[in-house]
Amino acid sequence: MSHSSMWEAVTGIVRRDLLLAMRRWSDAAMSVFFLVIVVSLFPLGVGPEPAVLRTIAPGVLWVAALLTCLLSLARVFTPDYLDGVLEQMVLVPQPLSLLVLGKVLAHWVISGLPVVLLSPLLGLQFGLEGETLGVLVLSLLLGTPTLSMIGAIGAALVLGVRGSGLLVALLVLPLYVPVLIFGAGAVTSSMAGIGGEANLSLLGACLVLSLFLAPWATAAALRIALE
Amino acid sequence: MQWGSASEFFAMGGYGLYVWTSFIATALCMAWEVLALWRRRAAARAEQRAAMLGGTDETAA
Amino acid sequence: MIWSKYSVPQAFYPLAGRLIPWFAAVAVILMVVGLYMGFFVAPTDFQQGESYRIIFVHVPAAWMSMFLYVVMAVWAGVGMGLNARLSFMMAQAIAPTGAMFTFLALLTGAMWGKPTWGAWWVWDARLTSELILLFQYAGVMLLRTSIDDVRRADRSSAVFALVGVVNVPIIYYSVQWWNTLHQGASVSMATGSKMAATMLMAMLIMTIAFWMYSIAVILARVRCVMLERESLPTWDEKPAAMPEAVEAR
Repeated sequence: MSHSSMWEAVTGIVRRDLLLAMRRWSDAAMSVFFLVIVVSLFPLGVGPEPAVLRTIAPGVLWVAALLTCLLSLARVFTPDYLDGVLEQMVLVPQPLSLLVLGKVLAHWVISGLPVVLLSPLLGLQFGLEGETLGVLVLSLLLGTPTLSMIGAIGAALVLGVRGSGLLVALLVLPLYVPVLIFGAGAVTSSMAGIGGEANLSLLGACLVLSLFLAPWATAAALRIALE
Repeated sequence: MQWGSASEFFAMGGYGLYVWTSFIATALCMAWEVLALWRRRAAARAEQRAAMLGGTDETAA
Repeated sequence: MIWSKYSVPQAFYPLAGRLIPWFAAVAVILMVVGLYMGFFVAPTDFQQGESYRIIFVHVPAAWMSMFLYVVMAVWAGVGMGLNARLSFMMAQAIAPTGAMFTFLALLTGAMWGKPTWGAWWVWDARLTSELILLFQYAGVMLLRTSIDDVRRADRSSAVFALVGVVNVPIIYYSVQWWNTLHQGASVSMATGSKMAATMLMAMLIMTIAFWMYSIAVILARVRCVMLERESLPTWDEKPAAMPEAVEAR
């Protein structure tokens, strides 16, 4: 198999998924609104004290990012599963894990990238500023692809299973813990003046690890689901 | 042996509540697990017997 | 190869049945010995007083909870690799016992933490990874019960168990790292090398007792799973009341 045909398969999937998402843009808009609403609820619940808000900001923003990713996981494979495209993906000569990578990439562009782009605005709501805002954006840029990668495993495992919406949350959230710790930790340590570099590089390590393992596990889960 | 009397033993140097809760909870969990397995096995065997007696008649099982 | 003979359920079922009483007996004997040593031979701890005696159930439960998860993942991996039904059944049989020990480790940990640290719960690396371990056991079991097709249930929960085995050490080290950042909760659970030899001995005996208990219980459960999955009543030692019943028809 030539490299170019594999590359074309991946870009083809990404292009197709993005095109479909553009047609159903309200789905993506909903998850963005969800993020904004969840994040805005916290100051209303906790109180407007700026010092308190700054302290909880990294955790709140990161947990909100986690939940936003979780909500959109059903869209990764379910439509293709229902209309039979997924069964064809298993049969094509290109390795399934590579096609999975394409689908995950598209999922990240649709649901992860908006979170990254919106995060400075949300950070301002919580009184983050300057370098810390930059670290927040960077941590989300490194962390949200990992969330999509891990989430895809869960989405593939619960494909077509009853009660899959809640089940996928139970499966995936424990796996999100390291990313949450490093992501929120980067922002916290930047606020404390230690600099977020160490946490950011650990986030990068998580990304690399998930890049190698997750598509493979997802492909295995998809094959099981389609048997 | 460091226990002067039975009440001293049960008091556990003032930590009786914590110590005995731990040990009793563990014992209860294990007993419950064994009991649950016992009943599960009885149920599974009963079902097999019913299936055997029913033979090809699916509704009997 | 003697082992390959027992890798088919029909042969494994009676073998497991013969082994269960032995493991159960050893477990009971060791538990009695371990409890006696723990309560009557091991001395009072200088710093913690009598509350330290909780470790005689806490540490064995915590060890078993992690060990059983790894064993479950190994069976799951073997099942995936060799397409062996028995391996999946073993993985299925291990999960509830592992989850129970995880729960017990958390509960007894809280019971120990309250008098020792003054708090029921501390976000320390061990407690946190134990909590996530409980979530993962729950995930494995819930995924299995949600899928009706046995073959898919076996394989899907195997994939999740294997993914989880990568996750737990990462969580352990990430929480340790996170605690150094937050400084506050720098608790050390280690009782250190000062532990008296009899304390260590009692703890080890209890651990082996819990191990033997786990084997007995898991073998009993895997037999239940076999009975539920396959309708081959001839496996059973006593073909209960069959002849009369057949004649009666």
